[in-house]
Amino acid sequence: MTALPPPVPVARSSYRESNARRRLAGLLDPGSLEDLLGPAERVTSPHLEPFGIPAAFDDGVVVAAGRLDGRAVLAASQEGGFMGGAVGEVHGAKLLGLLRRAERERPAAVLLLVDSGGVRLQEANAGLVAISEVMRGVLAARAAGVPVIALVGGGWGCFGGMGIVARCCDAIVMSEEGRLGLSGPDVIEATCGVEELDASDRGLVWRTYGGKHRYLLGEADRIVEDDVAAFRVAALELLDAPRPLTLEALAREHAHLAARLEAFGASADALDLWRAAGAAEPERLPMLDAATFRGAVEAARRGDR
Amino acid sequence: MLERLAFELECPGDPAPRAAPVVVGVVASGNLEVLVEPAGPPGRVVIEVTTSARGFGEIWDAVLRDFAARHGAGGLRLSVNDAGATPAVVTLRLDQAVEEYLAQPR
Amino acid sequence: MTAPELLAELFPGGHAVRGEGGLLLGPARTGAGEVAVVGTHGGLEVGVEAALALAAELLRIVREHPGRPIVVLVDSRGQRMSRRDELLGLNGYLGHLAACVELARRRGHPLVAIVYGDAVSGGFLPLGFMADAIHAVEGANPWVMSPTAMSRVTKVPLERLRELADASPLLAPGLEPFVRLGAIEPAWTPPLAAALEAALARPPRPDRRAEEGLARGGRRLAAVVAARVAGGAPAAREPSGSGR
Repeated sequence: MTALPPPVPVARSSYRESNARRRLAGLLDPGSLEDLLGPAERVTSPHLEPFGIPAAFDDGVVVAAGRLDGRAVLAASQEGGFMGGAVGEVHGAKLLGLLRRAERERPAAVLLLVDSGGVRLQEANAGLVAISEVMRGVLAARAAGVPVIALVGGGWGCFGGMGIVARCCDAIVMSEEGRLGLSGPDVIEATCGVEELDASDRGLVWRTYGGKHRYLLGEADRIVEDDVAAFRVAALELLDAPRPLTLEALAREHAHLAARLEAFGASADALDLWRAAGAAEPERLPMLDAATFRGAVEAARRGDR
Repeated sequence: MLERLAFELECPGDPAPRAAPVVVGVVASGNLEVLVEPAGPPGRVVIEVTTSARGFGEIWDAVLRDFAARHGAGGLRLSVNDAGATPAVVTLRLDQAVEEYLAQPR
Repeated sequence: MTAPELLAELFPGGHAVRGEGGLLLGPARTGAGEVAVVGTHGGLEVGVEAALALAAELLRIVREHPGRPIVVLVDSRGQRMSRRDELLGLNGYLGHLAACVELARRRGHPLVAIVYGDAVSGGFLPLGFMADAIHAVEGANPWVMSPTAMSRVTKVPLERLRELADASPLLAPGLEPFVRLGAIEPAWTPPLAAALEAALARPPRPDRRAEEGLARGGRRLAAVVAARVAGGAPAAREPSGSGR
């Protein structure tokens, strides 16, 4: 078992600025984090040396058991600082093992603290297969009655195959700082050109991928301040609101996605989309704090002006 | 393409083992991670470094000797994965790691 | 092999599969009864519309044809890359598609995928890669990213990447590395109809690709690491060459 960091004073603790381990330790009940395959085990990637990249002792992901308000949970926390949180053979296998353990142990939930660009290109094929196995693992855990909740608020966001994994989960909690998508801004710019998407335009990037837009769209279920405690509260709420894998539930989700495409498929950009969604002053949305923003979205959904 | 360095340095202090290993830092460009375990021979600190920045053996030697002289880290094993951190950052992380380790109850 | 050629070989008993907008949808007849074909052709880049249409078809099959085997045919160059798809949340549409495949599995529909063209990342993950077993025929070409893009992103010269790919099934594109990793089965040889019927006859079992990767030597760590984290009794591992 690897030691916890020293206790943090009870002030706002930035989720984004914390590293993977501290983020998870802060989220769980104090002292409850138990590594399932900690860094001292030195289970590292053997595939990075030819690229001149040093290994990380835990291959960039903490997998642990712990408690959330006294309830047993399993959790993974990706370290975006290590290779962009990208998934290779060992990293992916740790996630897969966690989900298989969940199927057997039936904890109150699995928490996935995602901070990842997707497949680790230095281990390309193994990374892709691993993400596929994680997708099946998430859905198998859910089918066994274990809620799987994704938390997205780290500096590297949730992209590539992990963006699909996140939407295989029961729910997603995001902060405004979080970003969620499939092909990230750099990839879109590199593939389609800067006119399609200027990756250096931070405002544009956050309007397209950021937590507020994803919450408004219905991709994220909760939007919170950049605070570990706020993520904890949201995760706790969602423990008791899983989405069943039934025909009825999927048909409802399908109708929502079809309606989204119908309503916004012709939107030129995010501001256009937010206007179409009923936001009275779309250009002001980025400036609102999380609570005020939530209120504005609810008002728009009700049709208030 | 990675360089591996190993040091075994005399080090005062002979701390009783703490509850668990400690890891600090991140293997990101300009940074490093340090794992502290109770595994070295008493009166000596064992330090293993894997680094992507090759050719800095003498600087590591100087930094680690300085570290060993300042800390009662005998009986400890430190393992480092380094991605090109400066000596200042290396020193910071080593200090942080050992302090966190020793801050645990015996 | 083109989609019409593949369909003719898989279903000598006839089929009514339509190809529209890069999608393959429709029923087909095998010796063991009707199956539903769902897939892509022409290297389709999957965007929100295609993802929704594929999901709709899966839900329709679950609703209207309980238990009917589903044959997924894969020829896709990956996800469509556009600001619009990202704005609308393409990852969400693909996640939903994957959930629909899982629903079909839980409702007892056998799921067999056949890669016959390109099989890339976001075009492969939510559908073909979700099947109970992933097979291939001549022409199957799974890959993650083009070598030039990989070279740009990893900052490794193309020649060096090629050298590394020669030495590792983790990097080279194509069917053989993915077979070694345990993810895809070796390519079928004709007659394809018989191979398909044998595949459909196999009972579904949990995802054992990591264990298969260990048995085939392509992924020496995945199964072992997963087992250590999962705990409990060691997973039963099927030996390779078990009649696939």
